Amino acid sequence: MKKLLALVMAGAMALGLVACGQPAEGGSAGDDEFKVGAIYINSQNDTSGYTFQHHQGITTAMEQLGLDPESQLAIVDNVKEEDGAVSNAIDILAGQGCDIIFGISFGYINAMDAAAKEYPDIIFSHATGYMSNETNFNNYFGRIYQARYLSGVAAGLKSLETGNNAIGYVAAYNTEYAETCSGINAFTLGVQSANPNAKVYVNQISTWGDEAKEKSAAQALIDTYNCGVIAQHCDSAQPQMCAADNGVFGVGYNSDMTDKAPTAHLTAAIWHWDVYYKEAIAAAQEDPQGFMNSVGNYYGGLAENFVGISPLTNNCADNTQAVVDAVSDLIVSGEWDVFSGVKLSYNIGEDGSVEIVRTDADLKDNQGNVIVPAGGQSITDEVIKGSMDYNVEGVVVG
Amino acid sequence: MSAMNVLTLFLFNIVVYNIPLLYGTVGEIITEKTGSLNLGVEGTMAVGAIFGYLAGCYTNSLLVGLLVSFLAAGACGLLFAVLTVSLQANQNVTGLTITTFGTGLYFFVGKGLGSDWPGMQGSSALVNGFAPLEIPVLSRIPVVGKVLFSQNVLVYLGIVIAVAAWFYLSRTRVGLRVRAIGENPAAADSVGVNLLLYKYVHLVLGAGIMGLGGFYMALNMGGSFEGSNCWINGYGWIAIALVIFANWNTVYAILGTLVFGFFNTLQIYSGSLANAFPGPLGWLSAIPSQLYQALPFIITAIVLVASSVRSKKLGGQPAALGLNYFREDR
Repeated sequence: MKKLLALVMAGAMALGLVACGQPAEGGSAGDDEFKVGAIYINSQNDTSGYTFQHHQGITTAMEQLGLDPESQLAIVDNVKEEDGAVSNAIDILAGQGCDIIFGISFGYINAMDAAAKEYPDIIFSHATGYMSNETNFNNYFGRIYQARYLSGVAAGLKSLETGNNAIGYVAAYNTEYAETCSGINAFTLGVQSANPNAKVYVNQISTWGDEAKEKSAAQALIDTYNCGVIAQHCDSAQPQMCAADNGVFGVGYNSDMTDKAPTAHLTAAIWHWDVYYKEAIAAAQEDPQGFMNSVGNYYGGLAENFVGISPLTNNCADNTQAVVDAVSDLIVSGEWDVFSGVKLSYNIGEDGSVEIVRTDADLKDNQGNVIVPAGGQSITDEVIKGSMDYNVEGVVVG
Repeated sequence: MSAMNVLTLFLFNIVVYNIPLLYGTVGEIITEKTGSLNLGVEGTMAVGAIFGYLAGCYTNSLLVGLLVSFLAAGACGLLFAVLTVSLQANQNVTGLTITTFGTGLYFFVGKGLGSDWPGMQGSSALVNGFAPLEIPVLSRIPVVGKVLFSQNVLVYLGIVIAVAAWFYLSRTRVGLRVRAIGENPAAADSVGVNLLLYKYVHLVLGAGIMGLGGFYMALNMGGSFEGSNCWINGYGWIAIALVIFANWNTVYAILGTLVFGFFNTLQIYSGSLANAFPGPLGWLSAIPSQLYQALPFIITAIVLVASSVRSKKLGGQPAALGLNYFREDR
């Protein structure tokens, strides 16, 4: 009986292997056809989250450029941040004739760097990384801090309206990473431009992707500091839902979270990945040799419409739209940026008109050290991207 | 907010966020008492969570949700029983398989539904069913009333199940037979205990209780399926460690849940407590959060050492744990 069973199972497994051996979807493209490759950390069928945002960005960009994602986009998904796994994915995509390969996760960096040497005719483009070469390997990221400043303005105006100066911020990490740290700082500066008395209480959970902790951290902020707005730099919409459960307001991240917390959500800092993908794919199509000159290492912001905020909801305070628009215009104009020695404040007229007042003031960290003297130039991109490790005045680590 | 309120809410949230651990632990203890080591807790809870939640939403009934989560997770237990009891597969490998399978099924169903995913707000029965249930008089006691007597009905259910399981396993004749199977299946077999029946029933029962924990998790997460992380997110694995911590006693499991939960929640509330009690607890904010994450496991290691030093009689670990029993092999 046991032997028979073993035989049957062995047979079933053999059949399974045959089934797996058949080619996956998509046919082979003609030689003259341009092909895009993508390596995802999660599934291409995701309905929300990081991979979903990138997949949307790539397919949208391709459609805008008249390319067909069905036949001209090759994907290897669920690729872990291990050099071997990434190299395999790259080999598969190179074998399918991809002309440009996007890797969306930070940990792909070493494998992509190596592959750029191995496949000099393919352009490698790596999100969130810092490595590159002069011919066929770049990195791309954005000035999300500008969007966070705008979302901070919305939160600050709300705190003025409710009279509650405590604002909470659920952060995966804080000063360990420049990305999270600059986000907290930019949000706080935005909050204080609208409400100088407001404080931003940061609860750091020290992990990505633990939804229970994300929720309980928001609850702790509300319990302890009576926060009236909950902002976040973490993956799920749990902090927003927690804000809604407690009857307070929220500022989301990554995607418009209004659906998840309609009574709480004000706006969210979001990415428009398609803006970069369109530029990169077009450049790779037209002049692959000149890619590093035309696109290079990409760091787009509000001006490029690479980052932004989701449409303001009705939960926002009066005149929020006008103020946010005015600040956005100022940043886009290039006259002013977030981490400079010039602070903004707003005069809102009876008729809803907005006047931005610029005042020279020291940019200080929350220990009182001057980071940028009054009237000084903005902190350099390298610091914002790579080495910022302090919290500005107004941030309370709780 | 007053310092006392912060403390009360901290204690309250220890219970709210960690009760799924209790369900997982009690389910695993019942499983292990029959001598089977089921490492599939994580996957079993995930299956119970998603099917229970969906059923509860579609029928707008907490009871149906509970029942379906029990049955769906029980089906995982049945699968484990078929593979390890009837087909004599290796228990460790089978358990790991069920974890992979269960979490995979969770994502498959969730992503398959896509935008058709039902929100919890649409189901008043689930929202109300998960709302705090204040026990008259007792809930008015300061601190303790909020922490212990203003919880949702699933918290009380978890504690009732834990106490009932203790009574069943240690104070009834049937429970004695269960323990006999876990200690020495050959002896139990020789006195006429129906091993097959006992194993199947308790593996399904244990898995079903794990599933209830998954259902709790689903409701606590507001039924929000995000697609990148599973709701259970490692609670199943912690439950397996808690079994050892609790020395295979379901009442100790309540204590174990609170101890693990204490550190789990302390990580989140350390800053709050440090600000609320700057004198006595100010030092909390200086502790790196990684220590909070590691402490429960350090304690488990200490408990393991302590229990192996203790005389063997007191140890709660079933002697035949993890060993398949096959009558003809004797």
